Amino acid sequence: MNNRDRILLMDRSIPTRKAFNFPSSDVPKQKLPNKNILRKKISLPEISQLEIIRYFTNLSRLNFSIDSNFYPLGSCTMKYNPKINEEIASFSGFQNIHPLQDSKSTQGAIKLIKLLQEFLGEITGLKGVSLAPLAGAQGEYSGLLIARKFHSSNNNNKKNIAIIPDSAHGTNPASAAMAGFDVMTVKSDNSGNVDIEDLKKIINEKIAVFMITIPSTLGLFEPNILKITSMVHKYGGLVYADGANLNALLGLIKLNDLGVDICHSNLHKTFSTPHGGGGPGSGPVMVTEDLSDFLPSPIAKVNKASYELFTPNNSIGKINGFHGSFGILVRAYSYIKSLGSEGLKQVSKNAIINANYIQSQLKNEYSLYSDRYCMHETVLSASKQKNKAIKGLDIAKRLLDYGIHAPTMYFPQIVDEALMIEPTESESKETIDNFIETMKNINDEISNSPEIVKSSPHNLPVKRLDEAKAARNPILKR
Amino acid sequence: MYSSEMKYSKEHEWISVNKNIITIGITDFAQESLGDVVFIDLPKIGTSISQFKKFGEIESVKAVSELFAPISGKVIEINSEIENSPEIINQSPHEKGWMIKVESSNLDEVNKLLTKEEYMKII
Repeated sequence: MNNRDRILLMDRSIPTRKAFNFPSSDVPKQKLPNKNILRKKISLPEISQLEIIRYFTNLSRLNFSIDSNFYPLGSCTMKYNPKINEEIASFSGFQNIHPLQDSKSTQGAIKLIKLLQEFLGEITGLKGVSLAPLAGAQGEYSGLLIARKFHSSNNNNKKNIAIIPDSAHGTNPASAAMAGFDVMTVKSDNSGNVDIEDLKKIINEKIAVFMITIPSTLGLFEPNILKITSMVHKYGGLVYADGANLNALLGLIKLNDLGVDICHSNLHKTFSTPHGGGGPGSGPVMVTEDLSDFLPSPIAKVNKASYELFTPNNSIGKINGFHGSFGILVRAYSYIKSLGSEGLKQVSKNAIINANYIQSQLKNEYSLYSDRYCMHETVLSASKQKNKAIKGLDIAKRLLDYGIHAPTMYFPQIVDEALMIEPTESESKETIDNFIETMKNINDEISNSPEIVKSSPHNLPVKRLDEAKAARNPILKR
Repeated sequence: MYSSEMKYSKEHEWISVNKNIITIGITDFAQESLGDVVFIDLPKIGTSISQFKKFGEIESVKAVSELFAPISGKVIEINSEIENSPEIINQSPHEKGWMIKVESSNLDEVNKLLTKEEYMKII
C-alpha cells in the first residue's frame, strides 16, 4: 500500500470536482422547508468518478476472504459460501418483497420459512423452531427467555441459576445474565470434559438451565453428555445447547437425542451464509414440542392450502421488527436443499476428518490440550514455543505472511496460548497440506530465526499493529 | 520478584499485610498470562469485599477476567494511577501496580492463602 492509498476519501476532496453532471432541472423550483430543520452543511467529498472507483477497488483488494484464501478461524466455521445461494436469494420473488405485503402475495416466501423450520427441526430433533433471531447471541437470549418463561409459567420462580462450563463462549454467561439468571461456572476436567464431581457440588433445585456447547469449544465431544443432561433434568432444569459447533453433527447426532431441550444454530456458520461484513447473521432457536408455545414470533404454519405467520399463545414476543434475516434464510434453505440429507452428513464427516488430519500432523510440533480425536476443530497450544519466547500471537501473525488467515487465538481461555483451528469441510487436501507445512515451517523458524516470527507480519499492507495502544488510547474521531 | 513476605491466592493475586491493612495486586504470572492490560475496573472506596468473591475486572488484549478478593474487608484506598495507566500493572505488578488497600475484618483469613513456596508450585 503506498502513501497515496492511505488518504481517506474525505481528504481527497477537491472543491468543484464532480463524479457526475446532472442535466438542468426540469422541475419547477420549490420553496425550501423551514431552515431550522435543514442541516447547515453536509460534508461530502468532491471527487471524480474514476477516483472513487480506484479508491474502492483498491480498498477491496486489501480484503481477505474465503473466496481468496484459507481461513481456519476456529469456532467461526468460515466455510465456502456456495454461489448458488446468492443466485437463489437474488430471485425477484425473494428480493423484491416487503414484510408488510399481504401474505397472499408472499406465499412462496412464507412457505420457505415453513420448510426451513422443518429442516432445522429435523436436523436437531427439536421440532419447535423460530427463525426470528438475527444472530447467534440473539438466539441464545431468546432460548433463555423461553426457559425463564417456562419456569415462571410452572410457578417455579425460584429457579434462577444458569450453570455454564468454564470453556463456554463468552456470550453464554452474558445472555444468561441478560435474561435475569445468576450464572455459576462449572469447571472442565483435565481432558476437557465437564467436571462431573464439580457439577454435583454446585447443582441443586434452583437450577433453571444448563448451557453446554456441543461439541465443546475445545472441539471435543462430551462423553458424559447423557449423564449430564439427565442430572439437570432430575433437578427440574432445562438443557440449552449452544449450536455454534453444529457443523460437526449434521445427520450424525440429533441434539434432542442427547437430552437437549433448547438450542440455537448460527446459519452463518453451519449453513454457509455470509459472515461478518457480508452478513447479516441469523440464529434460529429450536425447542422441544413442549416448549414451542413460548417461541418468539413469527412462526410459519400451513393452514389448509395456504401459508401464514402466527404468534404462539405464550410467546416471549417479538425480538426484532419482522421475520428475521429473510435473505439469509433463503441462502441457508438453498444450502440444505442443494446438499440433501446425505450431503449434509458428508459435510460433518469431512469437517471432522479435516480437523483430525491437521491435529495428527501437528501434534509433535505443537501441544494438545487433550490427546483425543477431535470433532470439527482442533485446539493446539503454543506452550512449547512460549519457552522460546514466542507467543501464540506471533505464530498467528506469521501465518498472515503466508497468505493464511490466523486461527482463533487465546480461546478457550483454559488452554495456554491457544490456537484454535477449524478447516471446515470445504478445503482440499492440498490446501490443508500446505497449511500443515506452513505451521511446521514457522516452528522451524522459531528455532532458527525467531526474529522473523516475532516481528511479523512482513508482507502485508501494515506491519505489527500496537493493539494495546489502540485499546488504551483509541482515536475515534479525526 | 516473588517475596516471602507476601501471601498468594490460587486466583493469582498477592497480598502484603501491614497490621490490619492489606494491599492487593495481581502476580507477575497473572500479568504475563494476561498480556498487555488495557482497562481495570476497581471497587469504590468504602465498598466491602469478601474473600474469594469477585471484586473487580481486568481487561487485556486477550480477554476480560474477573478479579477475586484474596481477603475480606473494606476498601480504604485504590490505586488511581493504574486506572489511568494500566500498563503499570504489566511493568511493576508487585509494587507500583498494586490495586487496592483493604481494612481487614478477619486476619485469620490470611492463613487460607498460599506461601511463596506453595504458590511457586502451582505456576
